[in-house]
Amino acid sequence: MSGPLNVLWLQSGGCGGCSMSLLCADTTDFQGHLRDAGIHLLWHPSLSLACGDELVTLLDAIVQGHTRLDALCIEGALLRGPQGTGRFHMLAGTGLPMIDWVRRLSTRARHVLAVGSCAAWGGITAGGDNPTDACGLQYDDDQPGGLLGAGFRSGSGLPVINVAGCPTHPGWVIDTLMALALGEFDAHALDPLNRPRFYADQLVHHGCTRNEYYEFKASAEKPSDLGCLMEHMGCKGTQVHADCNTRLWNGEGSCTRGGYACIACTEPGFQEPGHPFHETPKLAGIPIGLPTDMPKAWFVALASLSKSATPKRVKHNAVSDHLVVKPAVRKTRLK
Amino acid sequence: MTSPSDTRLIVGPFNRVEGDLAVQLDVQDGRVASAQVNATMYRGFEQILQGKAPHDALVYVPRICGICSVSQSVASARALAQLGGIAMPPNGQHATNLILATENLADHLTHFYLFFMPDFTRPVYARHPWHAEAVRRFAPNQGEQVRAATAARQRWLTLMGALGGKWPHTQAIEPGGSTRPIDAAERVRLLAHVREFRAFLERQLFATPLESMIELHTEDMLWDWHAQDPLGGDLRFFLTLVRDLQLEALGPGPGRYLSYGTYAQPGGGFALPGGVWRAGRARLEAADTAAITEDATHAWLADGAGPLHPLLGQTRPEPDKAGGYTWNKAPRLGGEVIETGAIARQLAASHPLVRDAVARHGGTVYTRVLARALELARVVPMMEDWLRALRPTEPFCVPSELPDEGSGMGLTEAARGSLGHWVVTRHGRIANYQIVAPTSWNFSPRDAAGTPGALEQALVGAPVRDGEQTPVAVQHIVRSFDPCMVCTVH
Repeated sequence: MSGPLNVLWLQSGGCGGCSMSLLCADTTDFQGHLRDAGIHLLWHPSLSLACGDELVTLLDAIVQGHTRLDALCIEGALLRGPQGTGRFHMLAGTGLPMIDWVRRLSTRARHVLAVGSCAAWGGITAGGDNPTDACGLQYDDDQPGGLLGAGFRSGSGLPVINVAGCPTHPGWVIDTLMALALGEFDAHALDPLNRPRFYADQLVHHGCTRNEYYEFKASAEKPSDLGCLMEHMGCKGTQVHADCNTRLWNGEGSCTRGGYACIACTEPGFQEPGHPFHETPKLAGIPIGLPTDMPKAWFVALASLSKSATPKRVKHNAVSDHLVVKPAVRKTRLK
Repeated sequence: MTSPSDTRLIVGPFNRVEGDLAVQLDVQDGRVASAQVNATMYRGFEQILQGKAPHDALVYVPRICGICSVSQSVASARALAQLGGIAMPPNGQHATNLILATENLADHLTHFYLFFMPDFTRPVYARHPWHAEAVRRFAPNQGEQVRAATAARQRWLTLMGALGGKWPHTQAIEPGGSTRPIDAAERVRLLAHVREFRAFLERQLFATPLESMIELHTEDMLWDWHAQDPLGGDLRFFLTLVRDLQLEALGPGPGRYLSYGTYAQPGGGFALPGGVWRAGRARLEAADTAAITEDATHAWLADGAGPLHPLLGQTRPEPDKAGGYTWNKAPRLGGEVIETGAIARQLAASHPLVRDAVARHGGTVYTRVLARALELARVVPMMEDWLRALRPTEPFCVPSELPDEGSGMGLTEAARGSLGHWVVTRHGRIANYQIVAPTSWNFSPRDAAGTPGALEQALVGAPVRDGEQTPVAVQHIVRSFDPCMVCTVH
């Protein structure tokens, strides 16, 4: 490929939060960072001067093959309703449904990226009774299909790259674009849900600062408690694919560090968990959602053992919003 | 439906607003004679929320909007707090205010540097003496100040990592406070972060200490300050453009302004008190929330019941409805069109300079942008006070017990204006949830009486140059409201 990676970014049935998140990328010069990585924004809703007829001219040039499109980034779900017409989002000034534009542009794109869980799976916009018949580019929740169909492949031969998250992490987007610009992104870089493996092969649990509480099953009981959020507060971090606690958010943050549950926002269907988000569903007092790759009986046995071995410090701090029992200073010259 | 016109323009898609927007303009003799505002996308959050556990609203509503995410959370938390009779402890109130202020000020910065100022780099202004300097500072992706502001914004939003875990879409805000206690050492670090942002504002935006900005009480003082160094700092550069392009007269709004008041204080009241301000009366009136209605006459939504108070509001799409031209309902206060935003907040909260400027010029492109900048100067020192007021060993949050049956109203201010949530619960589930967002007010369609909304009024008279398909004056006016279309229609 000669020249920079030409990126077109369009928004449909979402909140624009993935664009706002993108601008939080950890760099002292966002615009220079992209340029130096060989990423050229043909157009982005928050960052470009072109407006109205200027944008429509660009879209036409891409559809007609006059302007090269290397990466089509779609943010937001695709709104197929009402009755398959796509009229819940007509792209302003064009008289055409956004889903038609996305279908046409995707045939010209070397790569297609679903930026965020709405574009990947439907996400929050597909919640409740899904009033707008929202779906992802290539998934309808966890079912392959979506707007473009399970068989869709972009010019590069790849399926839609699902940079899922709600919002998605700026690093996930930029690292994907940088890898594409380098020509170093192929089918092996995608997990079974077509998410980039560099973040989806991690679990949110990895690096969680509540780890000591988890080990002892010393659990938070109310918001702002310091304890583990899994047993009572709805946290799914041990099952959810993302590197949120090793690649932090907005400096030093993550959901669990912010004091609330991981709600599995990188996973298809997270918007309808079938239980209140802030409560852990249980069967006979035991959370249903245990770590996926651990025998359940072992988990229960270990949990029971570790609960009985919980240090007083961990037990009390877990249900407080600040340290009430500090680590003892008893020994020096630790071995 | 419209008067005979020389030309009809459909302007869109609009960027550097949040979400998608089209504006239909009837142009006569080089001026806009009539405008219709079309919010082009519908997602149906009010339908999605039906039947959910009430507390789940705190997961869904921030995702209405990626730029007003925290504002949506605060409105929801306040509605649930009223439903459950829950009061935040002082730490929870301060932490919530800090999170909300961080978002609001980030939005003001984003609006000025990324959304609004770049339009002055357009070739249409190439003959103006300041154009090369505008390009140097504000050209998208290249402008020196655009890049510096993006970096300052990124650093500023690290406050969110500490206070709320992430932005957008934190779940740290609860009816009973904040889930993220702040310890004493963190508080010291957060104060340093705020000082870093203050330094950006004092060097780049104002080229003046914030306290001196707050002391500019009249327009005469403002223009004296401008004359000292007309290109010194980015706000004075904007004022130079105001003079040259007569932005003080461009885009006049309806002259009625609403603020709900914001940054609730532990002892009661607000750091920025609310109210309704009317041009001419120069007197603040209480905002009567019982007099709020939404009129769906020109929305593609069912309107058989006529204008409704949000507690009784309905949201049912009717995409083929005759007379519809937007997905947005028309909110009215006592039947009247109002404008909301930083300008309304600062009028209600007695900012002498904003009151003086609005008395002379009304709500226009100039006064809207000025009010936003002055709010930056006013709120940063408040945040420093709130951080100092945190008591690290005292509670940040109390648990939320919500009744199965009841209702609640939650009001707050997003960067772009007044945001209200109304929730009704039955059998422990959400039976109705209605949201009236700032740009629902500002970009309202006509109501049953045919009265145009605030932007629709503000666009009338805007100049359209020969051959313009996307008139630059229209862009200035639209963006001066800092619109958020994904909030408008949710």
